[in-house]
Amino acid sequence: MAEHLDDYIDAVASAMALPLEDAWRPVVRANLEVSLRLARLVDEFPLPDDTESAAIYAA
Amino acid sequence: MSENPVPMSAAEIAQAVSGRKITAVAATEAALARIATHDKILNSFTDVTADRARAKARAIDAAIAAGQPVGPLAGVPFAVKNLFDVQGLSTRAGSKINRDLSPAPRDATLIERMEAAGAVLVGALNMGEYAYDFTGENVHDGPSRNPHDPTRMTGGSSGGSGSAVGGALVPIALGSDTNGSIRVPASFCGIFGLKPTYGRLSRARSFPFVASFDHLGPLARTVTDLALAYDAMQGPDADDAACTTRPVEPALPSLTSGLGGLRIAIAGGYFQSNVLPEATEAVARVAKALGATQTVEIPEAARARAAAFIITTTEGASLHLDRLRRRPNDFDPAVRDRLIAGAMIPAAYVDKAQKFRRWYRAKVLELFQSVDVILAPATAGTAPKLGQVNFVLDGVELQVRPNIGIHTQPISFIGLPVVAVPVPLEPLPIGVQIIAAPWREDVALRVAWALEQMGVAAAPAPRGI
Repeated sequence: MAEHLDDYIDAVASAMALPLEDAWRPVVRANLEVSLRLARLVDEFPLPDDTESAAIYAA
Repeated sequence: MSENPVPMSAAEIAQAVSGRKITAVAATEAALARIATHDKILNSFTDVTADRARAKARAIDAAIAAGQPVGPLAGVPFAVKNLFDVQGLSTRAGSKINRDLSPAPRDATLIERMEAAGAVLVGALNMGEYAYDFTGENVHDGPSRNPHDPTRMTGGSSGGSGSAVGGALVPIALGSDTNGSIRVPASFCGIFGLKPTYGRLSRARSFPFVASFDHLGPLARTVTDLALAYDAMQGPDADDAACTTRPVEPALPSLTSGLGGLRIAIAGGYFQSNVLPEATEAVARVAKALGATQTVEIPEAARARAAAFIITTTEGASLHLDRLRRRPNDFDPAVRDRLIAGAMIPAAYVDKAQKFRRWYRAKVLELFQSVDVILAPATAGTAPKLGQVNFVLDGVELQVRPNIGIHTQPISFIGLPVVAVPVPLEPLPIGVQIIAAPWREDVALRVAWALEQMGVAAAPAPRGI
């Protein structure tokens, strides 16, 4: 998992042209691990297919 | 440490200035003198706009002398978190990078409205970098310091706002609250803070963080002052796409109408775990005073906090992508590394979080069919030491930074109005959230006022300066 996440971090940083120095990597990875854990907590919650996003927009 | 006497409240200043018992110039000079004396310790101000304040105060005194109306905040000094545009200042938003911006050409809407009501802007206030912070620490400007113990955090990210009002340098400050950034410093600094309903107060000409959750609001030492500022700032504003078109709904007329008919409950489950004994004690005192015995379960609060976390980190990353590429070494490293990680969250997770938000909103609004007010802790404990990394909650050692806002995030996630009220425990105060249904700030303020009258909620005099 850790290796896969390192590969993912490298790939996304490259694709998005984000700077990533080696010294920052452990903290970026730790933050990403926390975020992905929390994202999975949301993801595993079943929602009806017709649930609308709550992002704000008014035509 | 001895208590430092508290000067007049905003309401008292406005009454004295309007009644010609003191001048606006004298009220302004008194605030500037307190700032000069005490901010060496508190580090709450990043800019003191003394010339502007004196000119504004002279204009108010001249208007009074000419018999012209001057507004309900006549001569009241106030200050704003430095993410508000202040004409002539670069809007730094706690950052090093933004200091290179051109000076703001115009004040933020809320500053214009406060000054239209007679208030006098005396400066801009320290904050956590780009508002991505719960501590009040800032690597560029130094930490704002707690007015009750300068070795402790103010909370953030409106740390200077908490410190300046808690230290009684000004009676009112404005802050922003995305996940708790008004309520957390209000709790740690022992003052009242209002996070209004999402969309209630204009955010025009303030530096954003997370557009889905960003709110602006006042902090003050009394509930009347909080309501005075809130009422002065209401109203539609085409310059903020999220600002409501509802008419102004003043809170002051019903502020003193008491608790009659209000159904008040205590938030259970998530909001009663992960707290230190002082937070439990504060909620119990408030509940007892209000006669609240019913407990309600806010459903899926932990997931709500998780979804707020995901939307925050991704919208924050989106806002700063270009700055991350161009000037990564000019960020606070802790903020930069969180934002870079935020940019890497898959979009499907973010969409899911926004959909969950819709579900959660509907469920929480159902609760407000049977209750008017919900009580919850504002923070898990009193102010930690500056630089403190860990604390123990329910026997588990946790990091301070990401866990300070765990009780505020599930509430701002769906934009509910909240008044954070200070419970003056010893040795340090702590806040309780008075949570109301959308657009019912008046109800939360009524309850806060009643608690203040009972002496259960009060802003203690600063003891650290």
